Amino acid sequence: MVEAEIIVIGGGPAGLSAAKAAASLGARVIVCERDELPGGQLVKQTHKFFGSEKQSAGERGIHIGEKLLKEVMENEKITLLTDATAIGIYEDGVVGILHRGSFVKYKPQRVVIATGASEKFLAFSGNDLPGIYGAGAVQTLMNVAGVKPAERVLMIGSGNIGLIVSYQLKQAGVEVAAVIEAAPKIGGYLVHASKIRRAGIPILTGWTIMEAYGDGQVEGAKICRLDDKWQPIPGTEQDVKCDVICLAVGLSPLTELCWQAECEMKFVRELSGHVPVTDKNLETTHKGIYAAGDVSGIEEASSAMVEGRLAGYAAAESLGYGQERAAALKEEARAELDELRAGPMGAKIRQGIETMESKGGKVYVNLDRYSR
Amino acid sequence: MLISTGIPAKEDLERVRPSAERLAKGPAAMVECFQEIPCNPCVAACARKAISMAGGINALPEVDFEKCTGCSICITRCPGLAIFVIDQNYSADFALVKIPFEYTPVPREGQYVQGLSRSGEELGWFRVNKVTSGGGRNMTNVIALETPKELSMEVRGIKVGGYRDGE
Repeated sequence: MVEAEIIVIGGGPAGLSAAKAAASLGARVIVCERDELPGGQLVKQTHKFFGSEKQSAGERGIHIGEKLLKEVMENEKITLLTDATAIGIYEDGVVGILHRGSFVKYKPQRVVIATGASEKFLAFSGNDLPGIYGAGAVQTLMNVAGVKPAERVLMIGSGNIGLIVSYQLKQAGVEVAAVIEAAPKIGGYLVHASKIRRAGIPILTGWTIMEAYGDGQVEGAKICRLDDKWQPIPGTEQDVKCDVICLAVGLSPLTELCWQAECEMKFVRELSGHVPVTDKNLETTHKGIYAAGDVSGIEEASSAMVEGRLAGYAAAESLGYGQERAAALKEEARAELDELRAGPMGAKIRQGIETMESKGGKVYVNLDRYSR
Repeated sequence: MLISTGIPAKEDLERVRPSAERLAKGPAAMVECFQEIPCNPCVAACARKAISMAGGINALPEVDFEKCTGCSICITRCPGLAIFVIDQNYSADFALVKIPFEYTPVPREGQYVQGLSRSGEELGWFRVNKVTSGGGRNMTNVIALETPKELSMEVRGIKVGGYRDGE
């Protein structure tokens, strides 16, 4: 059994930010990352990030990730374990970690769960054919492994992931036949949409995929228009030739550890599923366990990094570190979250926070800041 | 409609385009940013403080065309690649349109490339006047394109590859 002060589960934007924040107040932190390569989704985000200077806006995600990782690796208070999967948080507070094939039991005083999210799948005929990928997988192939994933792609979903991965496919020399979106409106940032549109990629709103076909692998897809009740309009079917169909239809929080630790969970549609109830320090109802980033509701990486900082400061403070500084640092992080969520694109997350409250969950929200 | 196609409408563009009188005086930035998203690097990018956001980081950027000199620094700093600079006085017949570009191959100065509209239509072959790199970590190139004056408000991209050497 290894005693530890803080264990951060997940080495993505939220987890690394949490570790850095907690260590900056003096706490000793162990970060466990399932992958060989830490950084989470940042390692493949070749586009420039939005937000303000405080969240490194204008920097590319890969560079933000490199910088964060360097700071974490250089910090002697932080131990970063890779190929280390947290497989359980048990009733006696033990966290079991499978590290490079060996099972190691840790007894931490605090845990920050920053496990992120997984991609959603979509039901349609032929969706088990080789050549159907999550957008994240295609992005990993291109931007991490350097493999050209396809010749011609049909992208399903116009959220930021669908739009950005389409752009990156085009940058990699892959043709994108179209981005199709079932909703009547583009889901992601319109600047991303305009960028791919002027590169010649059509964005078809109010369209869905009916089936994928091909002999042993994807050779094309049948798509059709939807009416205002989301029903297929007969006679609108079109054939799209492609060798890969990319699904970018949303993310689900990876909450298994929260469930196992018996954190109180609520279903909040706007936060993309069951998420842990947290307080203004991002502490769950299981005392000593914090949740930050996509695991507590799907949002942008900039918000995940700020949430990580907030949880890291709070966890360190609760262990007696940084008593004189922590309150101000946490307040600063909360103000940044409020600012990032204040506009129309933050409406969904604000609604999610309100729904959580109406269901009896006590999520931090400063409603005064949102009345504009 | 922009929200359903990604193509800005005439009304959207009217709101952000520098006036003809202003363009007659020299180059100016056209910030084609129409949605309130949490993003503000353009404000800090401008040394002359010509870009502002009154209502916080989710507000739309406003350009003060009296202060803007068309220096083009903001083009590579916008994460959305939504800023263009138009110099309507480049020559008797041609305007210069500066476009952010993140594809390969990058065209060379003097080559001819196909200009694209906001919907990706080919508008003709235009000469690349200059290519400016955004630098190591920025990595966005700015392509200065010589376009007929009447197309300076239409050309917003170039077709990747298939470039031609001088005519």
